Amino acid sequence: MRFSIQFFLSTMVALALFETGVEAAEVKLAVAANFIGANREIAPLFEAATGHTTRISYGSTGKLYAQIEHGAPFELFLAADTERPIKAEEEGLAVAGSRFVYAKGKLVLWSARPALFNDAEGFLKQGDFKHIALANPKTAPYGLAAQQVMNQLGVLGSLTPKLVRGESIAQAFQFTATGNAELGFVAMAQIKEWQGEAGTLWEIPSEYYSPIAQAAVLLKKGQTNPAATAYLEFLKSDVAREVIERYGYAVER
Amino acid sequence: MSGIEVALKHRLGDFELDVAFTAPAQGVTALFGSSGSGKTSVLRAVAGLDRADRGVVRVNGEVWQDQDHFLPIHQRSIGYVFQEASLFPHLSVQDNMQYGMRRIPAAKRQIPFHDVVELLGISGLLKRATQRLSGGERQRVAIARALLTSPRLLLMDEPLSALDHAAKQAILPYLERLHDEFAIPSLYVSHDPNEVARLADHMVVLERGGISAQGEAATLLTRLDLPLAGYDDASALLEGYVSSHDHSYHLTWISLQGNRVAVPREDLPVGRHARVQIQARDVSLSIRAHADTSILNILPVRVIDTREISPTQVLVRLELEDGQTLLSRITRRSAVGMGVHEGMQLYAQVKSVALLS
Amino acid sequence: MAFDWQPVWLTLKLASTTTLVLLIIGTPIAWWLARTHAWYKQALSAVVALPLVLPPTVLGFYLLIMLAPDGPVGRLTQALGIGTLPFTFGGLVFASVLYSLPFVVQPLQNAFESLGPRPAEVAATLRASPWDRFMSVVIPLTRSGFLTAAVLSFAHTVGEFGVVLMIGGNIPGETRVLSVAIYDHVETLEYGQAHLLAAGMLGFAFLVLMTLYLVNGRITRSHQP
Repeated sequence: MRFSIQFFLSTMVALALFETGVEAAEVKLAVAANFIGANREIAPLFEAATGHTTRISYGSTGKLYAQIEHGAPFELFLAADTERPIKAEEEGLAVAGSRFVYAKGKLVLWSARPALFNDAEGFLKQGDFKHIALANPKTAPYGLAAQQVMNQLGVLGSLTPKLVRGESIAQAFQFTATGNAELGFVAMAQIKEWQGEAGTLWEIPSEYYSPIAQAAVLLKKGQTNPAATAYLEFLKSDVAREVIERYGYAVER
Repeated sequence: MSGIEVALKHRLGDFELDVAFTAPAQGVTALFGSSGSGKTSVLRAVAGLDRADRGVVRVNGEVWQDQDHFLPIHQRSIGYVFQEASLFPHLSVQDNMQYGMRRIPAAKRQIPFHDVVELLGISGLLKRATQRLSGGERQRVAIARALLTSPRLLLMDEPLSALDHAAKQAILPYLERLHDEFAIPSLYVSHDPNEVARLADHMVVLERGGISAQGEAATLLTRLDLPLAGYDDASALLEGYVSSHDHSYHLTWISLQGNRVAVPREDLPVGRHARVQIQARDVSLSIRAHADTSILNILPVRVIDTREISPTQVLVRLELEDGQTLLSRITRRSAVGMGVHEGMQLYAQVKSVALLS
Repeated sequence: MAFDWQPVWLTLKLASTTTLVLLIIGTPIAWWLARTHAWYKQALSAVVALPLVLPPTVLGFYLLIMLAPDGPVGRLTQALGIGTLPFTFGGLVFASVLYSLPFVVQPLQNAFESLGPRPAEVAATLRASPWDRFMSVVIPLTRSGFLTAAVLSFAHTVGEFGVVLMIGGNIPGETRVLSVAIYDHVETLEYGQAHLLAAGMLGFAFLVLMTLYLVNGRITRSHQP
């Protein structure tokens, strides 16, 4: 079954190449940093399934967007939020109607130390620690979500002096994993990938923060590239969804 | 124990320094040798700029270095004059001169500033920037700077070698006066026999890190077994006194106990000690005393020994009646023709004599 | 919205503190490197120069690990009662000192090397103690080296970004320096604010470098015969 799809697609590609006689079927992806792990598994599956190749740049959503805005040659944008893809559409950088939510981030409170807390909410209220890390709420959706959680629990004011902001969720994780911050708001996806100590984890109820929807959008530069559309479609496939879920995201069914 | 006792052993790669000598507590002791002989190493070790592996340095009984002690440089009462003047470019001439002086207690400043300024003729340079001095002027300022610390030992490392001939000739009289004026014992490094002849009282001859001879400068300069006599401008030093002035011919006669030599007129008091230098190449020999010659200075001498210094030339060491030594360089042909041999009585015809002091 | 001066002052404070600390610790290192013949001189030179080639993120990453509560430096700072350094102004100073070390050591080392041992030797024979000769001869004669070192260290710290971002935690008034503030503004699309700060920084850098070249030119001229 898979073989036949692959065969079919590669034949299509070969035909497309033959007909246009120009472009190699390579898609240039701009992928939000938190999705690195999942995407590293998805890309080879995509390549095996379609015969297309990928070239991938990882970075913070904000930085990638700024690059796209200034003419970076990306064809597909997998953001960590919905805001930037919407903006890309509005600015005419993306193909209208191509946007969809490929994953929903889960926020967790985590510490590299085992058994740091039992009752996470109580622990946050008590504030008996020096530093708590989060991604910069101004630039990173996970940071915004973390802020909403603290707000919800009524601890934002008391914790403000203890907040250390990472440029991205990756950095917030770094602060926490190295123990420089005793605990931090990080992404479930990161915990799934983490090879070190399990530490202490609290899966934050999803009603405490607005969903961290991560949207993908086809950029104008990829409009005519069959590999770009194919990748977008592949993200909706069961194979990809299985990977995405395994990496700690929720997917829309 | 007076005097400067130095004993050093040091190994640096292939070079091995192993010297021991005692320099008198007065006068100038030349450390003479070619480059690479180790003379500067000795001077630097005495100053404390380098630390010899094993060494003893005692100056007039004060221990500067031995097995248990090493007095840091800045605590040694030395005046050091380097090959290049090494003036501080950020200081004026006067500030350069006073740099060391300010760093010794006022009570120990035995050499007055004005005396030094006058002696070295630098009163007109005091306000100048060091960059605007000629080579000779710079070296004079450097010497003044060293003197003004009222050192117990003056160390000079070829202070004239960076200067051209004219500047050298201009500065030599200052150095001579310096040694007459301030009785500071000096170690003077040089590879120039002429300089040594003019300035040194004693000599230590260095060769490949060791000492090959030491003693009175006048004696060593004429020893045929040492390299000194073989130099193109090998010369002898003679001590005497001013005996009279010849006003009509504008000459000054220097008595050498029984004999006398004439030098161009110098305004010196009769009876004053005088040192003259006679170059070997300016001395010719004859078997009889000629009256029919333009040469004024004819001295009876006895041959001590001879040495062939090249296939054409022979160096003859001669003894004057008072026991002082003279060198003569003649052709080998003349020596053979005259049958020059040890003990032979001859007459030395001296074409020119330089009065040193 | 009123202009936020805090990152500017914080940056100037960080740069001045770093420069001062660097001159104090960089001078003996440079002096030693210029004078020694030890076999490990090259190795130490290479270590000092490392920040030139290492991406700031590498340095920042290792700093995070080393300064962490159970990292080697972190244990030390805690034992000394200073606490841990990340996310503090002290931590930024520590990181900036490491990061800008070559910018101080190299000009000083060059200055000391081209000065040579002679002037200090002369001063020593003129009764100056080691400290005295350093102050009265070496420093005045290597002024331009010190000036270059100070300006480069100051300017480099002002412009430093990666390391500060990695260990600073972006805390207003504590670790949110100019470069991070500019980055934030760019990230949040506040281009107006970003422009204001960035243009200010550009002008500042230009002024600093021009001053350096002017003063250096003057010193060089006045020392030439």
